[in-house]
Amino acid sequence: MFVIVVGGGKVGTSLARTLLDMRHELVIVEQNRRRFEGLEEEFGHRATLGDATEMRVLEQAGVERPPDILLAVTGDDEDNIVICQLARERYEVPKVIARVNDPRNQYIFDLLDIGPTVSATSMVLALIQHEVPEHELVQLLEVRKENLEIVEVEIAPGAAAAGKRIEQLQLPGTARLISVMRDGKAEIAVGGTELRGGDQVLAILEPGREDELRRLLLAEKRR
Amino acid sequence: MKALVVGCGRVGSALARRLHAAGWEVSVLDENEEALTRLGESWPGTFLVGHAMDTDALEEAGIADADTVIVATDGDNTNIVVAQIATRQYEIPAVAVRILDPARAEFYSGRGFHVVSPTKTAIESLAGWALDGTGA
Repeated sequence: MFVIVVGGGKVGTSLARTLLDMRHELVIVEQNRRRFEGLEEEFGHRATLGDATEMRVLEQAGVERPPDILLAVTGDDEDNIVICQLARERYEVPKVIARVNDPRNQYIFDLLDIGPTVSATSMVLALIQHEVPEHELVQLLEVRKENLEIVEVEIAPGAAAAGKRIEQLQLPGTARLISVMRDGKAEIAVGGTELRGGDQVLAILEPGREDELRRLLLAEKRR
Repeated sequence: MKALVVGCGRVGSALARRLHAAGWEVSVLDENEEALTRLGESWPGTFLVGHAMDTDALEEAGIADADTVIVATDGDNTNIVVAQIATRQYEIPAVAVRILDPARAEFYSGRGFHVVSPTKTAIESLAGWALDGTGA
């Protein structure tokens, strides 16, 4: 594959290294001259100096071929947005991946339909949530285009769902349980699977219905 | 008429004062507190310190009920993104944006907001002046 990486900081540089190891064809673009010189030493003619939000710089990097993928991983969200829009709409790059530096800007990428996006901050936050037991429902993956998300829940011992078969549950909307993990073993969730307290369940649902699912799988049973 | 001016440099500040003099209700957003001095000694409109891409700042500055939004910070890409937020997220009918780079100005025109490129205007004006013989 031919890949253009825009942004020669830590993220861009390690990406470039890895992609080269995987024997992909690569160009890396960096606008800061000092950083560029370091890149040129390591990547030779594969490094390009310039501001990739300027079309002639993108063109110098070979965007007109076009590349199979362009990765916009600079430290500025506005730059990453513009680079992706230019690449996709003007040069018909089939796939762009953008780095989101400030998670508060995620909605702008979504609004402009730029994706997939990667945000280190959001991922670290999700990992923290995974470790902190008070967040009993952990979002694992968002399937944005399909408007679905996959979450992990641990069934509370007194929950309404504990002791019931999955087919007996009133799951919110089109939500489905995917798998049930018990004593370190995971099984695909089927209608006849009986849930027990302590089971770890993966579920797929529409965003916004987490509360209903939480009530079902976590709430205390009425006495 | 309510206007939000994002970016209070030479262009933004002069524009804010013009609109205010014409009787508009004007709100100005800039990330630099000192930019307020550009608006004159007793600016009667709203002035807010905040980053142009920060939704909270935009909303506090009144983007939601602005009739017109004019984006003229010193960053082309910031301007491009904010113009798209104003048009698509807040559905402001009249959005204008300054884009210095003529190439980006052309690429982003025809997207529901008005694009002004001072660089392009200068090039055309100077070329016209020179080629008309005045400069020969």
